[in-house]
Amino acid sequence: MLDPGAEIIACIPRLRRYARALVGDPAAADDLVQDTVERGWSRMAEWRRDREMRAWLFGIMHNLHVDDLRARRLQTTALDDDLPDLAQGSNPCAGLEVRDMQAALNLLAVEQREILLLIGLEGMSYDQVAATLGMPLGTVMSRLSRGREKLRSLMEGRAAPVLPLQVVK
Amino acid sequence: MNSLPVTEADLHAYVDGLLPLARQAEIEAWLAARPEEAARVNAYRSQNLALRQLFDPVLDEAVPPSIGLPERRVWWHGVAGRCAAAVLIAVLGGMAGWVVRGNAMPEVATRPDRVQLARVGAAAGLARQAAIAHAVYSPELRHPVEVGAEQEDHLVAWLSKRLGKPVHPPHLGKLGYDLIGGRLLPGESGPVAQFMYQDTAGKRLTLYVSTEQGAAADTGFRFAQEGKVGVFYWIDGDFGYALSAGASRGELASIATAVYAQLK
Repeated sequence: MLDPGAEIIACIPRLRRYARALVGDPAAADDLVQDTVERGWSRMAEWRRDREMRAWLFGIMHNLHVDDLRARRLQTTALDDDLPDLAQGSNPCAGLEVRDMQAALNLLAVEQREILLLIGLEGMSYDQVAATLGMPLGTVMSRLSRGREKLRSLMEGRAAPVLPLQVVK
Repeated sequence: MNSLPVTEADLHAYVDGLLPLARQAEIEAWLAARPEEAARVNAYRSQNLALRQLFDPVLDEAVPPSIGLPERRVWWHGVAGRCAAAVLIAVLGGMAGWVVRGNAMPEVATRPDRVQLARVGAAAGLARQAAIAHAVYSPELRHPVEVGAEQEDHLVAWLSKRLGKPVHPPHLGKLGYDLIGGRLLPGESGPVAQFMYQDTAGKRLTLYVSTEQGAAADTGFRFAQEGKVGVFYWIDGDFGYALSAGASRGELASIATAVYAQLK
């Protein structure tokens, strides 16, 4: 059995992956990870053995990130050279796709982005996401649905989906 | 037979592979008749894939030294004693260097393509976990192992069953190390095994065996030294091995060669 401290340390790579996707800027993402680790460690007494450490830490990260956004009021979106250059593969076009994905992701509302990431990247079930974020399952599902559709329209170069006009007699 | 109506939630669960097989087949049949919905589902699947491609490399990055438990020192003191704490802090603190400037990876410096880096990242992760496990358990006086060498058959059967592949502790008596026993540990995504050996002077050696290396290519011997703990590690098929001890590189190398020969 791992000690709680070792369990936290074991979660760090996944927290970093998620934070990088959520925040965009690598340095800001790592700051968020460290804040999460510190908060989790200082509140170890509140963690229950029956609760998965990973979900607990992701919940803490969610709260910290929300607080951070609130404090700054304005959500800044990095769309310039600061984007991490991750796709240095042999295919030069891959970089473009990846860049698009990152840019599109940053254009999503944060409420949709985090749900998309917890499911698509972290592989959580919908129930786990609802528990982690402390919201009803229905909210998770509707945000997932809207987020994916928005991301699809962004990736396909369309504007955000516009509701069809109703024909009025 | 009437199947349940297909909901939006069903389609997402299909995208995420969360449906039972029978229901999955129903959704597939439903999609086959609806090309627009099928295109939408495909796009969502591509999103998941693109996210993994874009951000999975972060998992293999060395964790920056700025990230960690604030009171690591105090906590480890309680767990594994002063000696292990000193070693462990050195190990954790120096980890970043392994991946970036590991002394057995000259090819990385000249050919830093992604595959190479990913492979090195996976192997370095193995060495890191092994070093931590060594630092935590080898100083244990009363409980160094879960199952002792006197029950070697049981140990082998148990660990093989849990790892899902046959594992055997090599015999290192000729090199002066006798098997004490072994234990099961949590790895990156499942169980891993640690075998522990001891010489007549009480010096301990651990062999860390992981079966999580499916995606990584074989590597030659690699060596990492941090503080007093030296680690020889290599990947062979699905298996990753890491041999850790507070020994010199030369001494570890000869033991690693013997281990490798017996595992072949």
